[in-house]
Amino acid sequence: MNARVSGTFAGQGELFGFVKGDTRPHDPRYSGDGVRAGQGRDATSTPERLPGGLIDRSRSLEFAFDGRSYRGHPGDTLASALLANGVRLMGRSFKYHRPRGVLTAGSEEPNALVELRSGARQEPNSRATVVELFHGLEACSQNRWPSLAFDVMGINDLLSPFLTAGFYYKTFMWPAAFWETLYEPVIRRAAGLGSLSRAEDPDCYDKGFLHADLLVIGSGPAGLMAARTAGRAGARVILMDEDFVLGGRLNAETLSVGGQMGSAWAQSVVAELSALPNVRLMTRTTVFGVFDHGIYGAVERVADHLPAPEAGKPRQILWRVYARQAILAAGAVERPIAFRNNDRPGIMLAGAVRTYANRWGVAAGRRVALFVNNDDGLRTARDLDAAGVDVAAVIDARAEGDRLPGIRHIKGAVVTDAAGRLGLRGVTFRDGRGREDRIACDCLAVSSGWNPAVALTSHQSARPVWDESIAAFVPSPNGPKGLKVAGAAAGVMSTHGALATGAARANDVLEELGLPTQKPELPEAEDAPVRLSPLWHVSGAGRAWVDLQNDVTVKDVRLAHQENFRSVEHLKRYTTLGMATDQGKTSNMLGLAVMAELTGKSIPETGTTMFRPPYTPVAMGALAGRSRGEDFKPRRLTPSHRWAAEQGAIFVEAGLWMRAQWFPRPGETTWRQSVDREVLGTRKGVGICDVTTLGKIDIQGTDAGVFLDRVYANTFSTLPVGKVRYGIMLREDGIVIDDGTTARLGEHEYIMTTTTANAVPVFRHLEFCRQCLWPDLDIQLISTTEAWAQFSVAGPNARRLLQRIVDQDISDAAFPYMACANVTVCGGLRGRLFRISFSGELAYEVAVPARYGDALVREMMAQGQDLGVMPYGTEALGVLRVEKGHIAGNELNGQTTALNLGLGKMVSKKKDAIGMVLSQREELARADGLRLVGIRPVDPKAVLEAGSHLIAAGRDPVAANDDGWLTSVVHSPHLGHQIALAYLRNGASRLGERLRAVNLLAKTEVEVEIVSPHFVDPEGERLRV
Amino acid sequence: MCEHRLRARPALGIDQPDVVAVGPVRIAESMGTALGSLASRRGRDDEVRRIAADAGIPLPAPGQMVRQGDWAGFWLAPSQWMIEGPQDTYEDIAAVLKTIFGESASVTEQTDAWVRLEVTGPLRPMFERLCNLDLVRFVPGSATRTIIEHLGCYVLRQADDRITLLGPRSSAASLHHALISAARSAF
Repeated sequence: MNARVSGTFAGQGELFGFVKGDTRPHDPRYSGDGVRAGQGRDATSTPERLPGGLIDRSRSLEFAFDGRSYRGHPGDTLASALLANGVRLMGRSFKYHRPRGVLTAGSEEPNALVELRSGARQEPNSRATVVELFHGLEACSQNRWPSLAFDVMGINDLLSPFLTAGFYYKTFMWPAAFWETLYEPVIRRAAGLGSLSRAEDPDCYDKGFLHADLLVIGSGPAGLMAARTAGRAGARVILMDEDFVLGGRLNAETLSVGGQMGSAWAQSVVAELSALPNVRLMTRTTVFGVFDHGIYGAVERVADHLPAPEAGKPRQILWRVYARQAILAAGAVERPIAFRNNDRPGIMLAGAVRTYANRWGVAAGRRVALFVNNDDGLRTARDLDAAGVDVAAVIDARAEGDRLPGIRHIKGAVVTDAAGRLGLRGVTFRDGRGREDRIACDCLAVSSGWNPAVALTSHQSARPVWDESIAAFVPSPNGPKGLKVAGAAAGVMSTHGALATGAARANDVLEELGLPTQKPELPEAEDAPVRLSPLWHVSGAGRAWVDLQNDVTVKDVRLAHQENFRSVEHLKRYTTLGMATDQGKTSNMLGLAVMAELTGKSIPETGTTMFRPPYTPVAMGALAGRSRGEDFKPRRLTPSHRWAAEQGAIFVEAGLWMRAQWFPRPGETTWRQSVDREVLGTRKGVGICDVTTLGKIDIQGTDAGVFLDRVYANTFSTLPVGKVRYGIMLREDGIVIDDGTTARLGEHEYIMTTTTANAVPVFRHLEFCRQCLWPDLDIQLISTTEAWAQFSVAGPNARRLLQRIVDQDISDAAFPYMACANVTVCGGLRGRLFRISFSGELAYEVAVPARYGDALVREMMAQGQDLGVMPYGTEALGVLRVEKGHIAGNELNGQTTALNLGLGKMVSKKKDAIGMVLSQREELARADGLRLVGIRPVDPKAVLEAGSHLIAAGRDPVAANDDGWLTSVVHSPHLGHQIALAYLRNGASRLGERLRAVNLLAKTEVEVEIVSPHFVDPEGERLRV
Repeated sequence: MCEHRLRARPALGIDQPDVVAVGPVRIAESMGTALGSLASRRGRDDEVRRIAADAGIPLPAPGQMVRQGDWAGFWLAPSQWMIEGPQDTYEDIAAVLKTIFGESASVTEQTDAWVRLEVTGPLRPMFERLCNLDLVRFVPGSATRTIIEHLGCYVLRQADDRITLLGPRSSAASLHHALISAARSAF
């Protein structure tokens, strides 16, 4: 069955369009006589082509749908090209797997969703109505198996009585564990949209920024007129349209503007605008959201109409537009009418049927019927008739009014049912006297009127207001500031009205910008009134679709009402009405109108759901831009990076920094061998480590000492010039933010060092203190982290090495422990020297301007050969500091006080400092609180796990018995076994005690002994040699 | 310049500052400018301005950059400027400025905190993909701080077709990559 179906899709020599796409026996009820086939068709082209349209018939483009090859023309969309080839069945519905065709001709399309392209470029849920045809385009239908015409999951349609709104909430309640393991996977497989390739997107995306006096959104008559008016006045104008041809609805109609075809008039305005240097025209660009302060989000599809983007060029650009003023001229979206089986392929919106005929020269059907409640729908009948398409009948819900001449125009009638599972074969209608009759047709064009595209005007919580005269919501007068609305988007539905309001809104903008307003030159255009008699759904048996994308029917709305989900927001969540890629553009109005009927409230009382960006789907790639993979964030490289890479260093990310983690040497097969060697080598000879990453903040001013006394818990104003002091910085609540050393280089000049991770937060904190807390202090701050390359030189040979580098006397007498000075190095280069130690060894930090960092490390390595010099990485740095009992990020976890760290005495009570008072809180000041201790395993071969909790012998490993935890664990090559730092309750008085280090996750338990955290040189003798 | 035995390295490139052309755009690292920040001590703004005027050092208004003889300056924050001078003349620019301004201002060496990139060519199509600067209003003589590639950078509009970009030196490679990507995207 399925194989034949796809065969008939080509429509070769097929006379009776209304049977194609369905291989069931020809139903005589629908085989109406007089079906005109092939009249006026372009015989050389695809079967359903009509003459005319904005396509380039001189060229042919080959494309594939579900593996079958077709031809279209430049200017086609995938949908128009498929219709031209007689393909009406384009997808399966979300829940019931009902066969579906195309409904619309624009971005509001709920049905014709396809997977576009193949391989890593495969993109699901692409709307065939906006996919621009290119040679070699591949598309596949989705949510069906094994094929579009025969879909096993079509069984869902028969099960529909069980799959009503809210069915999962009711059905899959129990047992709870089955939800994730069974129910959800099954539902996800059965219901859904397209599939992902799961391959890395090979294309790149840009982000950019645009600035304009006026952003015009939409290029129909209103938008073009607005852009022309403002452009002529010299305003900086950006005109954006989601389409690839400017002109909007003018390209879809046969209406004349200024005595010429509307589309020709549009092209003449586009030509004028293109020549203005102050106007930028952007096609294929969708404004998807309105954000604060005149910021608009837009996506430009730079290369979606090409097989692949050019090398280096983005596929799409996400633009952030800063516009002083904006005019929304996005037009309106036509709405359908719900009746039984109104989702059959071939049932389309009347405006879309007309668009396919006029813009693309495509007959959406060979025998077309219409179902309308308004005059605009009648245009479709006239245009099709003029194009030679057989118009079977116009079923007009209105009893009054004139009949169309030469067309069967049935007044006061409604369509009650549609037949043709895989493609429409006919409709049943009921006339004013209640008589039912059938009409054979392969396309039904439906119009229930047009909804102004109010979405963008409602993006900042504004609610659209009801306009009875057009039975539609129009933009709120309290919409986003600076956003004006013109044309159909404002509820002004005629071409003349669009031109006039476009010009008028542009003049309003010019006035606000202080530019000369323009006398509008309005070309002559139609100004037909809206004549419409509201009709939302035709009641009767069977399922009538409200939301085609989410398979929500009138019955579902009724069920939501019955179960008291009556507010529109509840209705939406309960039934999924208006969700997914189309965001209910063709369905929301219908859904709330049905709900209004059920509650007996008016439509405006029922209201709309909240509108939120994006207006149409935005690719995640566009939101990410270039920030992905290796380029997710910029990397920071130390001055010795190139040199370290030459040494074969293994790098580790430390925030944005790449730091050398260790330097493997030949013969070393594990990282531990390298790290142990670096640690032992440093303690025996001399090690060098790039510490440029530590934050360096230059603090100057006559109040610098006072300032430091207030931001540090300990005192700095008394620090002599030429000395360094270790400091701890508290938050207001008494918890330690950061620690580091601060050097006093001059009377009013200090250099603060922060941890690598906190360089920015500490600088921000200091700026806050300077600007907001104490603006009266004389303080100047600036970061110098990047300006200086700084190296730690540690080990017993550190001085001997630096004596070969530093030009000045650095003997212990001249330059004692904790000294600092401006020095010169290597024969006169200015540098800085600090005698500080993180490793516990005799150690210095030496700094030179960053551009000399590479040369300095090479020089030190060369000069230190006989001293056993070796570079060490962050792993060895960590081992050295844990052996010495120095704290780092693992200990400064945002919960610890100075007292916890064993540094309680550093919090000076003689002065006030941030956090001093609150650090004295009773609970924080408990004598038996957590204290930093050292841990060693009783069995030297035992392996410790960081994060293990300390539990007394014989106690259960539960929270109530938790005495503390291991913060940092390293292997100490110096001691030959593992050691750790830990926080332990009442730790200071528990030295020598034995506890269990229990890790319930790793399922380990190790007996440990509590020791001093100073594993190496507890007296600090090595520092002071 | 002092005669020490260490050799300066550019932030990009191995020995010579990096120069790359992408379409009509040229992106070149420059090592020829020394930078020092100058911040008035509290209450001494007038004095600083007087000394600067005597010394011929420009202290421009917010958003501005001014070149005056050897010196140039751009605004950083209230009472704070970045002062530029030729590297050959003012290698130790902070010492030079400190001598001029004495205790009236705080001076900090900033030369190597930044990678200096000179970008020449048609700027708009490239920079609109990089940062939120409106180059129509950001006329020659403008200077500002903005975010490019997540990095705080100073942008100085030297001429219609020339921008100087100061980016954090440690991220020079990432910034450079972003500039090249934007140029390739635009041209």
